[in-house]
Amino acid sequence: MTAEEIYNSLKTKFGDAILEAKLDALQPWISVDPAKTKEIALFLRDDQAMQFDYMMCLSGVDYNKDGKLGIVYHLFSMVHKHKIVLKAFCTKENPHIQSVSSVWGTANWHEREAFDMYGIIIDEHPDLRRILLPYDWEGHPLRKDYKVPEFYNGMKVPY
Amino acid sequence: MIETKTLPTSYVSQPGALKTSSGHTLRTDEMIINMGPQHPSTHGVLRLEIVVDGEIIVDVIPHIGYLHRCFEKHAEHMTNYQQVIPYCDRLDYCAAINEEHSYVLAVERLLKIEVPERVEYIRVIMAELQRIASHLIAVGTFGIDAGAFTPFLYAFHDRELILNLFEMTCGARLLYNYFWIGGLSHDIPPQFVDKAKEFCTYFKPRIKEFNDLLTFNEIFIKRTANVGVLPKDVAINWACSGPMLRGSGINWDLRRDDPYSVYHKLEWEPKVGKGEMGTVGDVFDRHIVRMREMEESVRIIEQALAAIPAGNVQAAIPKRIRPDAGEIYARTETPRGELGFYIISDGTGTPFRVKGRAPTFVNLSVLPEISRGAMIADLVLIAGSVDIVLGQVDR
Repeated sequence: MTAEEIYNSLKTKFGDAILEAKLDALQPWISVDPAKTKEIALFLRDDQAMQFDYMMCLSGVDYNKDGKLGIVYHLFSMVHKHKIVLKAFCTKENPHIQSVSSVWGTANWHEREAFDMYGIIIDEHPDLRRILLPYDWEGHPLRKDYKVPEFYNGMKVPY
Repeated sequence: MIETKTLPTSYVSQPGALKTSSGHTLRTDEMIINMGPQHPSTHGVLRLEIVVDGEIIVDVIPHIGYLHRCFEKHAEHMTNYQQVIPYCDRLDYCAAINEEHSYVLAVERLLKIEVPERVEYIRVIMAELQRIASHLIAVGTFGIDAGAFTPFLYAFHDRELILNLFEMTCGARLLYNYFWIGGLSHDIPPQFVDKAKEFCTYFKPRIKEFNDLLTFNEIFIKRTANVGVLPKDVAINWACSGPMLRGSGINWDLRRDDPYSVYHKLEWEPKVGKGEMGTVGDVFDRHIVRMREMEESVRIIEQALAAIPAGNVQAAIPKRIRPDAGEIYARTETPRGELGFYIISDGTGTPFRVKGRAPTFVNLSVLPEISRGAMIADLVLIAGSVDIVLGQVDR
């Protein structure tokens, strides 16, 4: 399926939950409602024409513009060999995005990483803990406005 | 929960079933054991929190991040795209060339530049040599996990010969900074082709020798067959890749299925696990896939060496690397699986966001799924067969 067919199919199925799309990009993407990602993901995985069974990558992003954060899902279908990029946006004031780890197991650790690095709270995640940083670390380092703390547990942080 | 090894009935957990000779019930509780962070068979600083019932694993909780050194934050703070390459080397220090390849490919696609044919052939040769070197570490250390020390020495001896080839080409033995955006840092020296051919001729019988020594050793088979079985659907749902995925019987290789470089011009085929000693997707299958991949890599190198065209390897290197605003996800097949880089460019000379999709990070996340119900001693083998490099897991 081409990106346009996928977009049309999603639009008829979910209507308002599909926000915008950029289908002429290098890799076409579709942005969706952050509170409905699970439903949409489940459809993308199980629909016979889609069958996106393989999640290649899930990355958090800070767009450095009006406090906009986001998660980017790179999906691939082992059956039909097509790709699509999904995006879900949120803000720093209300950083909530629904988890898709019940749809693709691999999303579990990736979502923990997005929470760790960007402070995006993944709703309905089974085990939302920090993953790469120590459990008592403060702040979310990949945010563009992050300041390196002077001390960590009383130890001076170098540079 | 996934069924792993079929256990003898005497091992199956039945609380209250064990009795002392005087007839008293033994107290059987779950216990938590920490394996790592400093443990010889975790292949680096990985901590596994293991919940056990006697000898049987109830759950495994991996704790990672001991080697985290903010690769992604560093990448955003470089002054140009080229400077990220040495950091990519340090992700998976056992297969640095393959990491560079993936990053360089992503930036080239973002810049929409074509790379000379000669560069592509040299890249394929280097990537495959690196794959052999990396698999040699993987199978060698895996032998140690199973209690076989000698194969490790064989593996490291042969790996040394590959490192000599790299040293001859670019001066470095481990972290190369050899692939540049649009080209290479050096052309291959004149004697390289002969030396590489010599290595291929030498190495082919060595694979058989290694197999006789380790792979088809009766004790090794007994330890690895039917252990840590990763079923097909779980492998896909958890996005496993590389020998993990192929070991589960899925005929999938990015070099063929999402083609890049000149792999499509060469004759070779992906190797998949067939469950020849036990179940499809067990630890033995993942091991034998690595062994057979080395044979295929030799095949690829020999063809590429014969077909390498003339040309200037630095002809396509751009003077200024400033891609248009946009984003790309490019992936390659590294020895450990699918390594992808998601790069967002905002039109300036520095990447706005670089995310490394590390294959070992993803492959390790499936470890709890495949080790539940196994014995503690088998966990060492299961973790070894995932072939983790903590530098890449933690980035």
